[in-house]
Amino acid sequence: MSPPTAVSSGAYGTFEASDPGVLIPLMQATQEEFGYLPRPEVARIADYLGLSEARVYGVATFYNQFRLEPLGKNYIQICSGTACHVKGAAEIFSVLRAELGLDDASTTKDGLFTIDSVACLGACSMAPLVNVNGEFHGHMTAQKALKLVRDIRAKERKGA
Amino acid sequence: MNSNKEITTIIVGTGTCGLAAGARKVHEYFADKIEESSGPYVLKKTGCLGFCTMEPIVDIEIPGWPRLSFGPVTVENAELLWSMISEGAELPREFVLGAHADPEGILELHDVPILWETPFFRNQTRLVLKNSGIIDPESLEEYLESGGYRGLKRALDLSPVEVVDEVKASGLRGRGGAGFPTGLKWQFAHDAPGDEKYVICNADEGDPGAFMDRSILEGDPHAVIEGLAIAAYAIGASKGYVYCRAEYPLAIRRLTDAIEQAKEAGFLGENILDSGFSFELLIKKGAGAFVCGEETALIASIEGKRGMPRPRPPYPAQSGLWGKPTNINNVETVANVPFILADGAEAFRKYGTEESPGTKVFALTGNVKRSGLVEASMGMRLRDIIFDIGGGVQGDKKFKAVQIGGPSGGCLPEELLDTAVDYDSLVAAGAMMGSGGMVVMDEGTCMVDVAKFFLEFTASESCGKCLPCREGVARLRETLNGIVRAHRDESPEESLLRFQGVTMMEELAEVIRDSAACGLGQTAPNPILSTLKYFKDEYDAHVFERRCPAGVCTALLEYYIDPELCTGCGLCVRKCPDDAILGEKRHPHYISDEKCIRCGTCRQFCPFGAIKVR
Repeated sequence: MSPPTAVSSGAYGTFEASDPGVLIPLMQATQEEFGYLPRPEVARIADYLGLSEARVYGVATFYNQFRLEPLGKNYIQICSGTACHVKGAAEIFSVLRAELGLDDASTTKDGLFTIDSVACLGACSMAPLVNVNGEFHGHMTAQKALKLVRDIRAKERKGA
Repeated sequence: MNSNKEITTIIVGTGTCGLAAGARKVHEYFADKIEESSGPYVLKKTGCLGFCTMEPIVDIEIPGWPRLSFGPVTVENAELLWSMISEGAELPREFVLGAHADPEGILELHDVPILWETPFFRNQTRLVLKNSGIIDPESLEEYLESGGYRGLKRALDLSPVEVVDEVKASGLRGRGGAGFPTGLKWQFAHDAPGDEKYVICNADEGDPGAFMDRSILEGDPHAVIEGLAIAAYAIGASKGYVYCRAEYPLAIRRLTDAIEQAKEAGFLGENILDSGFSFELLIKKGAGAFVCGEETALIASIEGKRGMPRPRPPYPAQSGLWGKPTNINNVETVANVPFILADGAEAFRKYGTEESPGTKVFALTGNVKRSGLVEASMGMRLRDIIFDIGGGVQGDKKFKAVQIGGPSGGCLPEELLDTAVDYDSLVAAGAMMGSGGMVVMDEGTCMVDVAKFFLEFTASESCGKCLPCREGVARLRETLNGIVRAHRDESPEESLLRFQGVTMMEELAEVIRDSAACGLGQTAPNPILSTLKYFKDEYDAHVFERRCPAGVCTALLEYYIDPELCTGCGLCVRKCPDDAILGEKRHPHYISDEKCIRCGTCRQFCPFGAIKVR
């Protein structure tokens, strides 16, 4: 079941080109490898499945999962489900954006952080919830979220 | 039942909720300790017990003792547990949740209650969640020990028609939303002509505020596999899909492993249990689109298209995936099936009401003391779920409303707390079962803001195919945004539009409800209609007095700096996105009300708590 991680190295073969149902799994595998859907890869997928690029692009923009821009090094998702919303998720989101100096963009200029608000991470009892690089942090406050981001930044600086 | 284990076993709850609360560190702690120690210990994982407030939850089985649950177990608490296990230190009573049984009264001496008799559990009826948080979801043996695959075995001894009849007799209704009779759905797919048919399990749990499907998949994946195999046998399908949200990586991993185990043990694949029936089950990862919860949109997504619904009829039972007869049920519905087949429709009908038999799992969250997954007999009153099981409102604030059914549901006020929770009573009250999200809101919640929140959600998730939903919901959202906007930020035209929007809001909502193409659009106005019905004065306060009684709609508030507390450090000046804060260094600052966009950022950054609202 696990999708191939090396789409670029010719793992296309596991996806039956005649089966239109493989479009989304192939896009998911591509995104898993690159972190987003680079334009040349979109063309490749279209070519492989005999579809127009527009068709692939249409699917890519329909679903929330697909990104056409690269992701920052640290990916932070702020859950904005109902329970998180009534417990102050919007404030956490705006405070983190202010801390990172983000206006309309979701990725910082240095490429260190991408911040997204997501519909629901499904751990509503821990609301409000923040997902940092795949790790869930429950019962967040704006202050705790700030600390998370500052800790990561300090670590990155040390590493640099 | 006392533990028949000869070795002390430590079981850490590692569902997503547990992990969010720090279960990984607790698991690592015990793993390290066991490695250091000389004695034999077993360390296992389990799914979510449902009592999320107490996560991380750890169970201990000591030979000769009943199984005990502890929570919340932080790494510090884990040390106390470890010394109890390894050195026989006293039982750390402060965080014992209860014993799973106590036939010999051993624990009564220690003043430990029976877990199932404690307030969170005593009024629950756990049919679907019976294994969740108890068995190791990665172990097929434990599922079998708990009676697993008995339902499939019995189903294979019956004819497909008899299986359909059993499910029809049980009265099981779809747990994902509208409550359509499951047996009838199976019958349609069974009766549809064709050799090639499909079953699909809808695990695209998109309702913000609901997570029972995730928990079932994480805690008891074989129950879903067994239910699907039974459904496939009943309708004559040889291939099935579980369409699961990509946001649920743990659920996908557990299900993937369970499918492999089931295949090896002969519960899936060719010639299942020598019955001649073959069934292949695959996982499709959803790509994040709420509308894919609608069955025709979900099918389009599996086919590799944009997930847009199409008009019904034809229903998927006649023409579904790849144009073939297809049966779609959600996770919780499917997880009810093994019990119905194993113990019979009559046994199932013992629970719940005549029209809504069985149980429903609710995700009880928000401003409630004990939150988590609650499985209640249908027909239980809302009050009993929120106040008895949930323990009432957090911090002893006043109860204001409960939101049921997610973006398709509604907000019910205190007067309706005696409503019975079943499909028909909830619809009559202006909400709906939906997938079973139950978000408790206290007096600090603004109902206009809640309605706006859901409208924002449905507007951004609308697929755009039909006009009432695409344009109508966007207009409703605009109107609500207008209501919560400060007067000073408005142009005269906007002011006029706001007024027009308010007067037309209810009518527009009704038009959308009656004319949208699919369930998403038809139910999108519910959050507005129900809050308008029960919390009209709150809308009036926003519209006529331009104030938010709950103090949530920030544009209607005023931010100011308390000169007594401000040290003039200037941090807020640097963080303010609109240069609205003025002042000289080391002297108290002030906020220009004209420039302030009320984002609240300064208040979060101020180290002295000097920024306040009124």
